[in-house]
Amino acid sequence: MTALLVLPLLLPFALPALARRALGRLAPATALWAVTGCAVALACCSLAAFGALALVGLLKLPVLASLGELTHPLRTASGLVVLPTAVTGAAMLALSCGTLLRSVVRQARALRAARAEAGGAAVAGDLCVVDAPGADAYALPGRPHRVVVTTGMLRALDGPEREALFAHERAHNAGGHHWFLAAAELAAHCHPALRPVRATVRLAAERAADEAAARRTGDRRVLARAIARAALAAPSSPGARPGFAAAATTGPVPARVHALLEAPGPPARAGRRAATALLVVCAAVSGFAAVSGTADFHHRVEVAQGEARP
Amino acid sequence: MSEAKDERRPAGELEASVLAALWAAGGPQTVGQVRKSLGTGLARTTVTTILTRLHDKGMVERSREGRGFAYAPLQDAQGITARRMHTELDRDSDRETVLARFVAQLSPDDERVLRDLLEADGA
Repeated sequence: MTALLVLPLLLPFALPALARRALGRLAPATALWAVTGCAVALACCSLAAFGALALVGLLKLPVLASLGELTHPLRTASGLVVLPTAVTGAAMLALSCGTLLRSVVRQARALRAARAEAGGAAVAGDLCVVDAPGADAYALPGRPHRVVVTTGMLRALDGPEREALFAHERAHNAGGHHWFLAAAELAAHCHPALRPVRATVRLAAERAADEAAARRTGDRRVLARAIARAALAAPSSPGARPGFAAAATTGPVPARVHALLEAPGPPARAGRRAATALLVVCAAVSGFAAVSGTADFHHRVEVAQGEARP
Repeated sequence: MSEAKDERRPAGELEASVLAALWAAGGPQTVGQVRKSLGTGLARTTVTTILTRLHDKGMVERSREGRGFAYAPLQDAQGITARRMHTELDRDSDRETVLARFVAQLSPDDERVLRDLLEADGA
Protein backbone atom coordinates (compact mmCIF):
# COMPACT_ATOMS: atom_id res chain seq x y z
CA MET A 1 0.00 0.00 0.00
CA THR A 2 2.69 2.46 1.08
CA ALA A 3 4.68 1.63 -2.04
CA LEU A 4 1.71 2.51 -4.27
CA LEU A 5 1.19 5.80 -2.46
CA VAL A 6 4.84 6.75 -2.91
CA LEU A 7 4.52 6.68 -6.70
CA PRO A 8 2.32 9.83 -6.94
CA LEU A 9 4.90 11.58 -4.75
CA LEU A 10 7.81 10.63 -7.00
CA LEU A 11 6.27 11.28 -10.43
CA PRO A 12 6.17 15.10 -10.02
CA PHE A 13 9.99 15.04 -10.05
CA ALA A 14 9.85 13.84 -13.68
CA LEU A 15 7.37 16.48 -14.83
CA PRO A 16 9.62 19.55 -15.21
CA ALA A 17 11.79 17.75 -17.80
CA LEU A 18 8.79 16.19 -19.56
CA ALA A 19 7.03 19.58 -19.66
CA ARG A 20 10.02 21.33 -21.23
CA ARG A 21 10.27 18.54 -23.78
CA ALA A 22 6.55 18.84 -24.60
CA LEU A 23 6.84 22.62 -25.06
CA GLY A 24 9.70 22.06 -27.50
CA ARG A 25 7.77 19.60 -29.63
CA LEU A 26 4.08 20.53 -29.45
CA ALA A 27 2.23 23.54 -30.80
CA PRO A 28 2.34 26.10 -27.94
CA ALA A 29 -1.43 26.10 -27.36
CA THR A 30 -1.49 22.28 -27.18
CA ALA A 31 1.54 22.25 -24.87
CA LEU A 32 -0.19 24.76 -22.60
CA TRP A 33 -3.21 22.46 -22.20
CA ALA A 34 -1.17 19.25 -21.85
CA VAL A 35 1.40 20.55 -19.36
CA THR A 36 -1.11 22.41 -17.19
CA GLY A 37 -3.49 19.43 -17.19
CA CYS A 38 -0.72 17.04 -16.23
CA ALA A 39 0.56 19.36 -13.47
CA VAL A 40 -2.92 19.68 -11.97
CA ALA A 41 -3.47 15.89 -12.13
CA LEU A 42 -0.13 15.18 -10.46
CA ALA A 43 -0.85 17.85 -7.82
CA CYS A 44 -4.22 16.30 -6.94
CA CYS A 45 -2.71 12.79 -6.77
CA SER A 46 0.16 13.88 -4.56
CA LEU A 47 -2.24 15.66 -2.20
CA ALA A 48 -4.32 12.47 -1.98
CA ALA A 49 -1.19 10.41 -1.32
CA PHE A 50 0.06 12.79 1.39
CA GLY A 51 -3.39 12.65 2.97
CA ALA A 52 -3.62 8.85 2.91
CA LEU A 53 -0.12 8.43 4.36
CA ALA A 54 -0.92 10.88 7.15
CA LEU A 55 -4.21 9.09 7.93
CA VAL A 56 -2.48 5.71 8.21
CA GLY A 57 -0.25 7.11 10.94
CA LEU A 58 -3.09 8.86 12.72
CA LEU A 59 -5.17 5.66 12.86
CA LYS A 60 -2.23 4.01 14.62
CA LEU A 61 -2.87 6.28 17.60
CA PRO A 62 -5.21 4.51 20.07
CA VAL A 63 -7.40 7.60 20.60
CA LEU A 64 -8.09 8.09 16.91
CA ALA A 65 -8.40 4.35 16.32
CA SER A 66 -11.27 4.15 18.82
CA LEU A 67 -12.76 7.33 17.38
CA GLY A 68 -12.64 5.66 13.95
CA GLU A 69 -14.39 2.60 15.45
CA LEU A 70 -11.47 0.32 14.64
CA THR A 71 -12.06 -2.97 16.48
CA HIS A 72 -8.88 -4.62 15.20
CA PRO A 73 -5.48 -2.98 14.79
CA LEU A 74 -4.94 -1.54 11.33
CA ARG A 75 -2.68 -3.87 9.36
CA THR A 76 0.22 -1.88 7.97
CA ALA A 77 3.91 -2.19 7.34
CA SER A 78 6.18 -1.90 10.38
CA GLY A 79 5.85 1.21 12.52
CA LEU A 80 9.40 2.11 11.57
CA VAL A 81 8.15 2.87 8.05
CA VAL A 82 4.63 4.05 8.78
CA LEU A 83 5.34 6.65 11.45
CA PRO A 84 8.01 8.67 9.60
CA THR A 85 5.97 8.63 6.37
CA ALA A 86 2.87 9.67 8.30
CA VAL A 87 4.67 12.55 9.95
CA THR A 88 6.13 13.62 6.59
CA GLY A 89 2.74 13.31 4.91
CA ALA A 90 1.02 15.38 7.58
CA ALA A 91 3.75 18.03 7.51
CA MET A 92 3.66 18.30 3.72
CA LEU A 93 -0.11 18.50 3.73
CA ALA A 94 -0.07 21.29 6.32
CA LEU A 95 2.65 23.13 4.42
CA SER A 96 0.77 22.80 1.12
CA CYS A 97 -2.48 24.07 2.62
CA GLY A 98 -0.67 27.00 4.24
CA THR A 99 1.18 28.18 1.13
CA LEU A 100 -1.85 27.45 -1.06
CA LEU A 101 -4.03 29.70 1.06
CA ARG A 102 -1.40 32.42 1.22
CA SER A 103 -0.95 32.28 -2.55
CA VAL A 104 -4.70 32.61 -3.18
CA VAL A 105 -4.93 35.61 -0.85
CA ARG A 106 -1.89 37.35 -2.39
CA GLN A 107 -3.03 36.71 -5.96
CA ALA A 108 -6.49 38.06 -5.22
CA ARG A 109 -4.89 41.15 -3.71
CA ALA A 110 -2.56 41.68 -6.69
CA LEU A 111 -5.46 41.24 -9.10
CA ARG A 112 -7.56 43.75 -7.16
CA ALA A 113 -4.72 46.26 -7.21
CA ALA A 114 -4.24 45.78 -10.96
CA ARG A 115 -7.99 46.21 -11.59
CA ALA A 116 -8.05 49.39 -9.51
CA GLU A 117 -5.08 50.66 -11.48
CA ALA A 118 -6.80 49.97 -14.79
CA GLY A 119 -10.02 51.52 -13.48
CA GLY A 120 -8.32 54.87 -12.97
CA ALA A 121 -6.38 54.91 -16.22
CA ALA A 122 -7.24 56.37 -19.60
CA VAL A 123 -9.41 53.82 -21.41
CA ALA A 124 -10.22 53.44 -25.10
CA GLY A 125 -11.74 50.23 -26.35
CA ASP A 126 -10.06 47.51 -24.27
CA LEU A 127 -6.87 49.51 -23.77
CA CYS A 128 -5.81 51.13 -20.49
CA VAL A 129 -2.89 53.53 -20.68
CA VAL A 130 -0.97 54.12 -17.46
CA ASP A 131 1.27 57.17 -17.54
CA ALA A 132 4.50 55.66 -16.21
CA PRO A 133 8.03 55.77 -17.61
CA GLY A 134 8.84 52.06 -17.08
CA ALA A 135 8.01 49.84 -20.08
CA ASP A 136 5.34 47.39 -19.01
CA ALA A 137 2.33 45.70 -20.57
CA TYR A 138 0.01 42.98 -19.40
CA ALA A 139 -3.32 41.34 -20.07
CA LEU A 140 -5.77 41.99 -17.25
CA PRO A 141 -8.54 39.39 -17.07
CA GLY A 142 -11.96 40.52 -15.93
CA ARG A 143 -15.25 41.78 -17.28
CA PRO A 144 -14.45 43.14 -19.75
CA HIS A 145 -10.91 41.92 -20.38
CA ARG A 146 -8.38 44.70 -20.61
CA VAL A 147 -4.94 45.37 -22.01
CA VAL A 148 -2.89 47.55 -19.67
CA VAL A 149 0.15 49.32 -21.07
CA THR A 150 2.42 52.09 -19.79
CA THR A 151 3.35 55.16 -21.80
CA GLY A 152 6.98 54.03 -21.44
CA MET A 153 6.12 50.87 -23.39
CA LEU A 154 4.13 52.75 -26.05
CA ARG A 155 7.08 55.09 -26.65
CA ALA A 156 9.52 52.21 -27.04
CA LEU A 157 7.60 50.76 -30.00
CA ASP A 158 6.52 52.00 -33.44
CA GLY A 159 2.97 51.74 -34.83
CA PRO A 160 3.00 48.18 -36.24
CA GLU A 161 4.93 46.95 -33.17
CA ARG A 162 2.28 48.43 -30.88
CA GLU A 163 -0.40 46.60 -32.88
CA ALA A 164 1.57 43.35 -32.47
CA LEU A 165 1.80 43.96 -28.71
CA PHE A 166 -1.96 44.55 -28.46
CA ALA A 167 -2.67 41.43 -30.54
CA HIS A 168 -0.46 39.43 -28.16
CA GLU A 169 -2.24 40.69 -25.04
CA ARG A 170 -5.67 40.19 -26.63
CA ALA A 171 -4.67 36.60 -27.41
CA HIS A 172 -3.93 36.07 -23.69
CA ASN A 173 -7.38 37.38 -22.81
CA ALA A 174 -9.20 35.50 -25.58
CA GLY A 175 -7.41 32.26 -24.68
CA GLY A 176 -8.18 32.59 -20.97
CA HIS A 177 -4.48 32.12 -20.21
CA HIS A 178 -4.89 33.47 -16.70
CA TRP A 179 -6.71 30.26 -15.76
CA PHE A 180 -3.69 28.20 -16.82
CA LEU A 181 -1.28 30.44 -14.91
CA ALA A 182 -3.46 30.26 -11.79
CA ALA A 183 -3.79 26.46 -12.07
CA ALA A 184 -0.01 26.04 -12.43
CA GLU A 185 0.53 28.36 -9.47
CA LEU A 186 -1.82 26.32 -7.27
CA ALA A 187 -0.31 23.02 -8.43
CA ALA A 188 3.15 24.31 -7.50
CA HIS A 189 2.02 24.63 -3.90
CA CYS A 190 0.83 21.02 -3.73
CA HIS A 191 4.22 19.41 -4.37
CA PRO A 192 7.63 21.15 -4.27
CA ALA A 193 8.80 19.36 -7.44
CA LEU A 194 5.99 21.04 -9.43
CA ARG A 195 7.42 24.53 -8.80
CA PRO A 196 9.66 24.63 -11.90
CA VAL A 197 6.66 23.64 -14.06
CA ARG A 198 5.22 27.12 -13.45
CA ALA A 199 7.91 28.67 -15.62
CA THR A 200 7.18 26.20 -18.43
CA VAL A 201 3.44 26.94 -18.29
CA ARG A 202 4.21 30.66 -18.32
CA LEU A 203 6.44 30.29 -21.36
CA ALA A 204 3.85 28.08 -23.09
CA ALA A 205 1.21 30.79 -22.52
CA GLU A 206 3.51 33.47 -23.94
CA ARG A 207 4.39 31.31 -26.95
CA ALA A 208 0.71 30.53 -27.57
CA ALA A 209 -0.12 34.25 -27.45
CA ASP A 210 2.85 35.00 -29.73
CA GLU A 211 1.67 32.53 -32.35
CA ALA A 212 -1.91 33.80 -32.17
CA ALA A 213 -0.70 37.40 -32.53
CA ALA A 214 1.57 36.48 -35.44
CA ARG A 215 -1.37 34.83 -37.22
CA ARG A 216 -3.53 37.87 -36.50
CA THR A 217 -1.09 40.51 -37.70
CA GLY A 218 0.42 38.32 -40.39
CA ASP A 219 3.98 39.40 -39.61
CA ARG A 220 6.19 37.31 -37.33
CA ARG A 221 9.20 39.61 -37.63
CA VAL A 222 7.35 42.70 -36.41
CA LEU A 223 6.16 40.82 -33.32
CA ALA A 224 9.67 39.43 -32.69
CA ARG A 225 11.07 42.95 -32.92
CA ALA A 226 8.35 44.30 -30.59
CA ILE A 227 9.15 41.67 -27.95
CA ALA A 228 12.88 42.29 -28.17
CA ARG A 229 12.53 46.09 -28.03
CA ALA A 230 10.05 45.93 -25.16
CA ALA A 231 12.30 43.61 -23.16
CA LEU A 232 15.33 45.83 -23.68
CA ALA A 233 13.31 48.92 -22.71
CA ALA A 234 11.89 47.32 -19.56
CA PRO A 235 13.80 48.25 -16.42
CA SER A 236 16.10 45.38 -15.54
CA SER A 237 15.46 43.82 -12.17
CA PRO A 238 17.33 45.47 -9.29
CA GLY A 239 19.02 42.37 -7.92
CA ALA A 240 18.44 40.09 -10.85
CA ARG A 241 20.71 37.11 -10.69
CA PRO A 242 24.10 36.82 -9.05
CA GLY A 243 26.93 36.58 -11.56
CA PHE A 244 27.89 33.03 -10.66
CA ALA A 245 24.43 31.81 -11.60
CA ALA A 246 24.83 32.85 -15.24
CA ALA A 247 22.47 30.60 -17.11
CA ALA A 248 23.69 28.01 -19.56
CA THR A 249 20.56 28.55 -21.61
CA THR A 250 19.02 31.92 -22.30
CA GLY A 251 15.83 33.11 -20.70
CA PRO A 252 12.30 32.98 -22.06
CA VAL A 253 12.38 36.26 -24.01
CA PRO A 254 15.23 35.34 -26.40
CA ALA A 255 13.63 31.92 -26.83
CA ARG A 256 10.36 33.56 -27.92
CA VAL A 257 12.09 35.97 -30.30
CA HIS A 258 14.10 33.13 -31.78
CA ALA A 259 11.00 30.97 -32.26
CA LEU A 260 9.24 33.83 -34.08
CA LEU A 261 12.16 34.58 -36.39
CA GLU A 262 12.46 30.92 -37.35
CA ALA A 263 10.13 29.82 -40.10
CA PRO A 264 7.20 28.02 -38.49
CA GLY A 265 7.47 24.38 -39.49
CA PRO A 266 5.42 21.58 -38.01
CA PRO A 267 7.66 19.51 -35.72
CA ALA A 268 8.17 15.82 -36.39
CA ARG A 269 4.98 13.89 -35.91
CA ALA A 270 6.68 11.10 -33.97
CA GLY A 271 8.22 13.59 -31.52
CA ARG A 272 4.85 15.23 -31.02
CA ARG A 273 3.16 11.92 -30.26
CA ALA A 274 5.92 10.81 -27.90
CA ALA A 275 5.84 14.07 -25.94
CA THR A 276 2.05 13.90 -25.53
CA ALA A 277 2.13 10.20 -24.69
CA LEU A 278 4.72 10.73 -21.95
CA LEU A 279 2.59 13.40 -20.26
CA VAL A 280 -0.56 11.28 -20.52
CA VAL A 281 1.22 8.19 -19.14
CA CYS A 282 2.69 10.26 -16.31
CA ALA A 283 -0.75 11.56 -15.29
CA ALA A 284 -2.41 8.15 -15.76
CA VAL A 285 0.15 6.22 -13.70
CA SER A 286 -0.03 8.81 -10.94
CA GLY A 287 -3.83 8.70 -10.98
CA PHE A 288 -3.94 4.92 -10.98
CA ALA A 289 -1.43 4.64 -8.12
CA ALA A 290 -3.22 7.25 -6.02
CA VAL A 291 -6.66 5.72 -6.57
CA SER A 292 -5.63 2.11 -5.98
CA GLY A 293 -3.42 3.08 -3.01
CA THR A 294 -6.27 4.99 -1.41
CA ALA A 295 -8.77 2.22 -2.21
CA ASP A 296 -6.46 -0.34 -0.60
CA PHE A 297 -6.12 1.87 2.46
CA HIS A 298 -9.89 2.21 2.65
CA HIS A 299 -10.26 -1.57 2.45
CA ARG A 300 -7.79 -2.06 5.32
CA VAL A 301 -9.70 0.41 7.45
CA GLU A 302 -12.92 -1.50 6.78
CA VAL A 303 -11.19 -4.75 7.75
CA ALA A 304 -10.00 -3.14 10.97
CA GLN A 305 -13.54 -1.93 11.63
CA GLY A 306 -14.68 -5.55 11.25
CA GLU A 307 -16.90 -4.61 8.29
CA ALA A 308 -14.97 -6.50 5.64
CA ARG A 309 -12.97 -9.69 5.44
CA PRO A 310 -9.24 -9.43 4.88
CA MET B 1 -1.80 44.64 -42.23
CA SER B 2 -3.81 45.48 -45.33
CA GLU B 3 -6.12 48.46 -45.50
CA ALA B 4 -9.25 46.39 -46.00
CA LYS B 5 -8.46 44.35 -42.92
CA ASP B 6 -7.90 47.51 -40.87
CA GLU B 7 -11.21 49.06 -41.81
CA ARG B 8 -13.01 45.91 -40.71
CA ARG B 9 -11.56 45.89 -37.21
CA PRO B 10 -13.89 46.56 -34.26
CA ALA B 11 -14.23 50.25 -33.37
CA GLY B 12 -12.84 49.61 -29.88
CA GLU B 13 -9.59 48.27 -31.27
CA LEU B 14 -9.16 51.26 -33.58
CA GLU B 15 -9.78 53.65 -30.68
CA ALA B 16 -7.18 51.77 -28.66
CA SER B 17 -4.63 52.05 -31.47
CA VAL B 18 -5.23 55.77 -31.97
CA LEU B 19 -5.03 56.55 -28.24
CA ALA B 20 -1.81 54.53 -28.06
CA ALA B 21 -0.37 56.55 -30.93
CA LEU B 22 -1.20 59.81 -29.12
CA TRP B 23 0.39 58.65 -25.87
CA ALA B 24 3.46 57.37 -27.71
CA ALA B 25 4.02 60.76 -29.33
CA GLY B 26 4.39 62.80 -26.16
CA GLY B 27 3.09 66.04 -27.76
CA PRO B 28 -0.03 67.23 -29.63
CA GLN B 29 -0.51 65.39 -32.91
CA THR B 30 -2.38 66.32 -36.09
CA VAL B 31 -4.52 63.77 -37.94
CA GLY B 32 -1.75 63.28 -40.49
CA GLN B 33 0.84 62.65 -37.80
CA VAL B 34 -1.38 60.12 -36.02
CA ARG B 35 -2.01 58.35 -39.32
CA LYS B 36 1.72 58.15 -40.00
CA SER B 37 2.47 56.91 -36.47
CA LEU B 38 -0.12 54.14 -36.81
CA GLY B 39 1.84 52.90 -39.80
CA THR B 40 -1.23 51.22 -41.26
CA GLY B 41 -3.30 52.06 -44.28
CA LEU B 42 -6.17 53.66 -42.38
CA ALA B 43 -8.06 56.32 -44.32
CA ARG B 44 -7.65 59.91 -43.13
CA THR B 45 -11.39 60.24 -42.55
CA THR B 46 -11.40 57.12 -40.36
CA VAL B 47 -8.63 58.54 -38.16
CA THR B 48 -10.48 61.87 -37.92
CA THR B 49 -13.69 60.08 -36.90
CA ILE B 50 -11.92 58.10 -34.19
CA LEU B 51 -10.14 61.18 -32.84
CA THR B 52 -13.45 63.05 -32.70
CA ARG B 53 -15.03 60.14 -30.87
CA LEU B 54 -12.17 60.04 -28.33
CA HIS B 55 -12.57 63.79 -27.86
CA ASP B 56 -16.32 63.40 -27.26
CA LYS B 57 -15.56 60.77 -24.62
CA GLY B 58 -13.16 63.12 -22.89
CA MET B 59 -10.09 60.99 -23.49
CA VAL B 60 -8.21 63.61 -25.52
CA GLU B 61 -8.04 67.39 -25.72
CA ARG B 62 -7.66 69.29 -28.97
CA SER B 63 -6.38 72.69 -29.99
CA ARG B 64 -6.56 74.60 -33.26
CA GLU B 65 -3.58 74.06 -35.49
CA GLY B 66 -3.67 75.58 -38.95
CA ARG B 67 -6.84 74.47 -40.68
CA GLY B 68 -7.39 71.43 -38.43
CA PHE B 69 -6.87 70.30 -34.87
CA ALA B 70 -3.97 68.91 -32.91
CA TYR B 71 -4.89 66.20 -30.39
CA ALA B 72 -3.22 65.27 -27.10
CA PRO B 73 -4.16 62.64 -24.52
CA LEU B 74 -5.74 63.94 -21.33
CA GLN B 75 -3.90 63.31 -18.09
CA ASP B 76 -6.36 63.85 -15.27
CA ALA B 77 -6.37 63.37 -11.51
CA GLN B 78 -7.51 59.77 -11.99
CA GLY B 79 -4.57 59.08 -14.22
CA ILE B 80 -2.19 60.38 -11.60
CA THR B 81 -3.77 58.06 -9.03
CA ALA B 82 -3.30 55.24 -11.48
CA ARG B 83 0.36 56.08 -11.88
CA ARG B 84 0.84 56.04 -8.12
CA MET B 85 -0.80 52.62 -7.91
CA HIS B 86 1.42 51.37 -10.66
CA THR B 87 4.47 52.28 -8.61
CA GLU B 88 2.94 50.39 -5.68
CA LEU B 89 2.16 47.41 -7.85
CA ASP B 90 5.73 47.36 -9.16
CA ARG B 91 6.99 46.64 -5.67
CA ASP B 92 4.76 43.60 -5.43
CA SER B 93 6.44 40.49 -6.75
CA ASP B 94 3.09 38.65 -6.60
CA ARG B 95 1.96 40.34 -9.77
CA GLU B 96 4.27 37.99 -11.66
CA THR B 97 2.06 35.10 -10.66
CA VAL B 98 -1.31 36.47 -11.73
CA LEU B 99 -0.73 38.57 -14.79
CA ALA B 100 0.58 37.45 -18.14
CA ARG B 101 3.15 40.14 -18.85
CA PHE B 102 4.49 40.92 -22.27
CA VAL B 103 8.13 40.50 -21.35
CA ALA B 104 10.00 39.00 -18.45
CA GLN B 105 13.08 40.53 -16.90
CA LEU B 106 16.32 39.90 -18.71
CA SER B 107 19.64 38.58 -17.55
CA PRO B 108 22.77 40.20 -19.04
CA ASP B 109 23.11 37.09 -21.25
CA ASP B 110 19.55 37.54 -22.50
CA GLU B 111 20.25 41.16 -23.33
CA ARG B 112 23.27 40.27 -25.44
CA VAL B 113 21.37 37.53 -27.30
CA LEU B 114 18.44 39.87 -27.98
CA ARG B 115 20.66 42.62 -29.36
CA ASP B 116 22.31 40.06 -31.64
CA LEU B 117 18.90 38.82 -32.83
CA LEU B 118 17.70 42.38 -33.50
CA GLU B 119 20.84 43.18 -35.48
CA ALA B 120 20.65 39.92 -37.43
CA ASP B 121 17.05 40.76 -38.32
CA GLY B 122 18.24 44.03 -39.80
CA ALA B 123 16.02 46.15 -37.64
